[in-house]
Formats: sequence, C-alpha cells, structure tokens
Amino acid sequence: MHELSLCQAIAGVVKPHAAGRRVDVVRVQVGALRQVVPETLSFCWTLVRDHQGMNGAELELELVPAEVACRACGEQSTIASRWSVYCPRCDSPDVAVVRGEEFLVTSVDVT
Amino acid sequence: MGRFHRHDDGTVHSHDHDHDSHDHGHGDHSGYDTGTERIEVLEAIFAENDNRAAVNRDAFDRNGIRALNLMSSPGSGKTTVLGATLDALAGEFAVGIVEGDIATDLDAAKLAGRGAQISLLNTSNGFGGECHLDAPMVNRALSGLDLPALDVVIIENVGNLVCPAEFEVGEHAKAMVYSVTEGEDKPLKYPVMFRSVDLVLLNKIDLVPHLDADIDTYVARVREVNPTAVVLPVSARTGEGMDAWFDWLRAFVRN
Repeated sequence: MHELSLCQAIAGVVKPHAAGRRVDVVRVQVGALRQVVPETLSFCWTLVRDHQGMNGAELELELVPAEVACRACGEQSTIASRWSVYCPRCDSPDVAVVRGEEFLVTSVDVT
Repeated sequence: MGRFHRHDDGTVHSHDHDHDSHDHGHGDHSGYDTGTERIEVLEAIFAENDNRAAVNRDAFDRNGIRALNLMSSPGSGKTTVLGATLDALAGEFAVGIVEGDIATDLDAAKLAGRGAQISLLNTSNGFGGECHLDAPMVNRALSGLDLPALDVVIIENVGNLVCPAEFEVGEHAKAMVYSVTEGEDKPLKYPVMFRSVDLVLLNKIDLVPHLDADIDTYVARVREVNPTAVVLPVSARTGEGMDAWFDWLRAFVRN
C-alpha cells in the first residue's frame, strides 16, 4: 500500500553508499512475513529511481521464506502458511520467528 | 523463493536459484573489468523510521508516559472506544490522544471536551494521503501535547489493517479494535496486524445476535495468528465488557 514511500526509503539508504557514482543494481531482501508486494515495489521503483538520480538502476528482490524455531519440539522449520506461524511439525504456537521479517538493502553495484 | 525483478520493458520474473551476477542483455553486471563495484550495505529500510521511534519513546520515558498505539480497520469503533474510555478514566489519569486521520477533524471533535489533550494529525499532505502513521509524523504531533502533564498517550492510528502494523512509532504496546461486523476471517487475512498486537478489543458484541457468528470463533481466529494477545470482548456502545479494558489500561499506565 505504501510501496512508493518504501522505494523512497530504499533510495535514501542507497544514496550515501553510492556517493555520486552510477547505481546499476540495488539488492533488497524481503521476508515473507512482510506486507511488501514485490510486483508493486518493483513498479514503484521504476518511478522513484529517476527522481533520485538513479536512472536505470535495477531493483533485485531476494524473497526470504519464513522460518520458525519451535520451543515445544525443538525443530526449526520453514512455514508455508500465509497467516499462521504455528510449528508445522507439532502445531505448537510456542515458536520464535527466526526468518521472514527481513526488509533491508543488502548490497548495491555502482560504477 | 529466490529472486524477483522487473525489467525496463515491463517484464517481471523470478529465479528459483541464487546467483551472484547475471546478464539479461541490458548492461554488464558481471563485475569484470567494467569498474563495477559491489558495496555491502545491510541496512534496514525502516531504519530512519525506527530511529525516530526511539526518539519518541525516549520523550515518553523522560516524561513518565506510557504510550499505546491503537490500530484497526476503518469503522471498527476506535473513536467510540476512546470516547467511552475518556468518560470513565479521564479523572483518574491524564490522557493525551494523537488523532491520526487521512482528512477531517471529525474524530478529534468527537473526543474534544472529554478531559484529554488532543493533537490532530492529518496525513493527507501530498499524494492521496498516507495510509498509516509513522514515527516522524507522531513526533510532530507530540509538539501539540503538554507531555510533562500526561500519564498516558494513546495514538489513534489511521483506520487500515495493513500498513500501520509495519511502522513503530515509539509506543510501549500495540492494541487493536476488531469489530464483529468485520467477519471472523480477518485475523487470517491480515495476520501481520493481528500478530503485532498485545491486546485485541473485540468490539460491537451487542450485534452478535444479528450475525451468523459467535464470539468463540472470533477469539479462535485471533489465537491462530497470535497465541499470546489478550482478547477482550466489549461493546463500546452498551459498555458491556469495558471494565476489563479499563483495568487493562490502568495496569498498562501504572507499569
């Protein structure tokens, strides 16, 4: 819903690292538990980058599946459900989310 | 899940395999002899918001204030809940309200004169209006409150079950109003919001006899995504169940 402002935030993170050089690729990790719509984010990026002096910079999204560590059965598993973070092995709600909430710029390619 | 990106011609695709460099015929990403340099960044995209949220939380803490971020869909009854809360508790402790709305001061007007300080925050500046409150917006709204005089600040977020869940604003706890007229499937459809909160006020329970649903089903659906949240069935209109919410708020403020 607010992917346009997210793209502005991404540009804000990238700029100091680029330090005036041409930005070719921006790599962003998006966890499955984030409410970011990859298609929308990519589209908004094509609008935002030109205004931020990053014409042509490609946004590459790495989608990270959600994983939980279960305190009941001790197992760590990937979860496929879009809503439940219960342990998929033993159905316990006593879990810690270990992956899937990422939303960060991992690296940029500059020339 | 792999990688996903969009090309300038509008095509979008994802790769199921990971690879560090690739070339789809629009520029050389190989990293060899082109002067291309890869810079590791590893910075959270919400870092700027989260830094400002920490500033807000610090301002609350320095003034001995507890802050609650109150979220919900539009029309769930947040403002009615707050009105009833002020009528019951405004004499007991000093309440400040940050009233977030895309446009209008209708909600602020409903709460005016009921014993609280109110700072109105319209988010409609610019392109269509923001769908949530973020930490810099709340920071601006705090200048409209006399913080040293307050015990608790309730931040009434923009009505929306998606975006507000993503933005920390400096609160000590998150709560939401979820009304039975929204249907019992909402926790499953908006799990990020329901998972983020410490308390769910299940509102409008006076309407249950008119609906094909029962309170247990709503509570069970909340539990599926959030096993630990406190769930309190209430009717802000009739007052049913509201004492439990007032007690929760008292304990929160004294914490």
